[in-house]
Amino acid sequence: MSEQPYAELGLKDDEYERICAILGRRPSDTELAMYSVMWSEHCSYKSSKVHLRQFGEKAPDTDILLVGMGENAGVVDVGDGLAVTFKVESHNHPSYVEPYQGAATGVGGIVRDILTMGARPIAVMDSLRFGEIDQPDTRRLVGGVVAGVGGYGNCLGLPNIGGEVVFDPTYAGNPLVNALCLGVMRHEQIQLARAEGVGNKVVLLGAKTGRDGIGGVSVLASATFNEEGGPSKRPSVQVGDPFTEKVVIECCLELFDRGLVTGIQDLGGAGLSCATSETASHGGSGMRVELDLVPLREPSMTPVEVITSESQERMLAIVRPDDVEEVLALCARWGVLATVIGEVTETGRLEIRWHGEVVVDVPPASLADEGPIYERPFARPDDQDALQADGPEKLVRPRTGGELADTLLRLAGSPNLASRRWVTEQYDRYVLGGTVLAMPHDSGVVRLVDDSDRGVALALDGNGRYARLDPYAGAQLALAEAYRNVSVSGARPLAVTNCLNFGSPEDPAVMWQFAEATRGLADGCQELGVPVTGGNVSFYNQTGATAIHPTPVVGVLGVIEDVNRRVPSGFTRAGDVVILLGETYDEVGGSEWAWVVHGHLGGMPPQPRLAAERALSETLQAAAAEDLLTSAHDLSDGGLGQALVEAALLNGIGATVTLAADPFVALFSETAARAVVTCADADVDRLLELVAERDLVVTRLGRTGGDALDVTGQFTAPLAQLREAHEATLPRHLA
Amino acid sequence: MTARIGVVTFPGSLDDRDALRAAGAAGAEPVPLWHGDHDLRGVDAVVLPGGFSYGDYLRAGAIASFSPIMAEVVAAAGKGLPVLGICNGFQVLCESGLLPGALIRNAGLHFVCRDQRLRVESADTAWTSEYAAGAEIVVPVKNGEGRYVADDATLDELEAAGRVAFRYVGGNPNGALRDIAGVRNEAGNVVGLMPHPEHAIDPLTGPSADGLGIFTSVLKQLTAA
Repeated sequence: MSEQPYAELGLKDDEYERICAILGRRPSDTELAMYSVMWSEHCSYKSSKVHLRQFGEKAPDTDILLVGMGENAGVVDVGDGLAVTFKVESHNHPSYVEPYQGAATGVGGIVRDILTMGARPIAVMDSLRFGEIDQPDTRRLVGGVVAGVGGYGNCLGLPNIGGEVVFDPTYAGNPLVNALCLGVMRHEQIQLARAEGVGNKVVLLGAKTGRDGIGGVSVLASATFNEEGGPSKRPSVQVGDPFTEKVVIECCLELFDRGLVTGIQDLGGAGLSCATSETASHGGSGMRVELDLVPLREPSMTPVEVITSESQERMLAIVRPDDVEEVLALCARWGVLATVIGEVTETGRLEIRWHGEVVVDVPPASLADEGPIYERPFARPDDQDALQADGPEKLVRPRTGGELADTLLRLAGSPNLASRRWVTEQYDRYVLGGTVLAMPHDSGVVRLVDDSDRGVALALDGNGRYARLDPYAGAQLALAEAYRNVSVSGARPLAVTNCLNFGSPEDPAVMWQFAEATRGLADGCQELGVPVTGGNVSFYNQTGATAIHPTPVVGVLGVIEDVNRRVPSGFTRAGDVVILLGETYDEVGGSEWAWVVHGHLGGMPPQPRLAAERALSETLQAAAAEDLLTSAHDLSDGGLGQALVEAALLNGIGATVTLAADPFVALFSETAARAVVTCADADVDRLLELVAERDLVVTRLGRTGGDALDVTGQFTAPLAQLREAHEATLPRHLA
Repeated sequence: MTARIGVVTFPGSLDDRDALRAAGAAGAEPVPLWHGDHDLRGVDAVVLPGGFSYGDYLRAGAIASFSPIMAEVVAAAGKGLPVLGICNGFQVLCESGLLPGALIRNAGLHFVCRDQRLRVESADTAWTSEYAAGAEIVVPVKNGEGRYVADDATLDELEAAGRVAFRYVGGNPNGALRDIAGVRNEAGNVVGLMPHPEHAIDPLTGPSADGLGIFTSVLKQLTAA
């Protein structure tokens, strides 16, 4: 017998042998294709699973999780009978190969995950990373990705309320496109991806199946790019049609409302292979599928192609036989194609036929839940000690007022700190009418439903340079920043999602970074009392032998009881008192200053100070609830200097501030657990009481007003000059 | 008795719920209408909302203009029913021939979402009577194909007849000819504009409450009649 082509499908020798052992025979071509996609790194988490367990083991005690990790997305109780679900997912590899479609279908995929939980999707966010802004390929990638995120999200009618755009040479050969979606439902509306009830029908909804995205999760997402690997993999990228997704969403929400489905699963990575095996496995059932009933765009498709296609905008619903007619009628009203393709059986087997012939007969759990698990070897990278020893102490610091002003201006216009307006203007932030805050504010805040003032705040943050210097601390700093960004809006942080972007897990140095980052994030979540509800791992983010900086991106969701009490990030009026909350240390390792001015990356990142983060968060929540704050802005990349610039430019209101002993450290250190807030004179005493209750260090900096940032005794930077520097950078390079 | 304002949902409509909310906020009874019905459900006014009806395939608004409900809207508009087209709805009105001109790809080629200043040029329409002529308002604009174009003769005629309803001020977001953001028909019952007044009914969720006047205008006229 000839050897089967398992290696080309991305399966290892021992994995192939295991498949033969499970089946007691050689797999059919179709079975082999299904195992190859379901056991891919992307679908099976085979390298990450042993580390991700910590998120459950170290989870803080909480009763807010209605659905925990392991489902399509976690569901969080936010009170008043309302629940939200949110998750971030990567679409890095497809976006490099075909930026527009890769990014567009990244949004489409995460939106379907949220819909699958029974929720109405109500907002999206995106975290994007590219190579240096002045590199020739960057403009192509940014233009395509931003247009793709916007083109899909805008057409779905979902407000884009925030995110990140980062430029760093580490991402030149491997951009990162992480998309987040938020959905809302009432508690009783939660749906699960279960195929239960023998005799229930399996209904495929939405777009026809075509030859796009075949092997997307295996040959594309679970492999490293080689030098010429980009364009040749284009057929593995899916193509999106947001109009179809929009009608599928409305149609599914109406199906849920009428109680017409008993289980639902979206078709994303691994397509029908994943949706059929997961629903059958999680329902503890068998399933029979007549694969030739699947509506095809191209009639010549083979069963292997049909079962692995990642064509977008499809859902799999489990429907009681008596309801099938009503389901099909409702789908017809929305113009959504719906086809009964099989039924739930009592056999415990997933049986798939093609024109009557059995092409698949496997235990569904062997595909969905019992894939290989690896304890990959990991080792601290050889260069880690030297990197950490190469601290920023030797870097020349600005001393005079003029030098400080020049540094402030240069940072304000640097690629990572400059205004994101060129990007965010391409996204609809108003649709659905619930957006209370969106970028450039620190977090996105949305009102959940019209008849309640309850809202949620969301922030999505990461810092690859910090994580490169110390992945444990870097992951905690990403968590802390998102937690802080949610807190400054006045919300109470509740839960976490994450997207872990790393190089090849087969490289022990990368695996060490991953192990450290997951440990740091799990410990951090435990200490801050916010559970991880779900997330995504993206490995193989590298071209050739060079991995990207380890880049854990963390999303934090918070609840705000009354959205009218939300606190904006920019100064809102002249004459308010400007106050710094939190203590500043001399911490510029991995900072924007070190990078922009000296091109330096070395030493240790700022220390995560989680107890201080918690105290800061509680203070901000209490102050917001009492309506004391007229603005609050977190301090992170670029330090206090950048925070003041952003707060001043948002509404064109300047400030005069006086700095402590070392103005350089005061302005450019990136110490965590800090925020700059403003309040009326009459509210200062009460604010200081709240601060004192929590042992927070507080510094009175000065007062808002005027048309400049005036640092007493150092410099005066006119807002017009800062605005010019801040606004010009992205259009100059990208427009 | 308040007036009933209908909002049409086409497949791909996005701002339909927002338009219904705005109608309600103005004091009207909001009534959802369905693209596939030949039935206006006895409403007193109709809003064609923003979005990407039928995916905007072919041309923005082109397929929607042939939908069953539009046959009813066109007929009723001819008899004086107040009709407002917002963004995609404006595109549908142009494709239906209820308003002159066309909306094409933005001059900058990108989708643009920003808070936009507008001048109310015509305050004697069914939808603008609550504003003073020349009043400036701030409402969101958000579109990829919002550049208003028509031939010079048509534009001259619109200007001469006072049929430019809204004009962009403080920057033209899409290259619209003569900064035109919205136009009206001769009778003043049909108005179309690219910016989104339904997203400016509450400063909490929009840049202002300036857009509410659109909906209170029509309500006042209907309840007075």
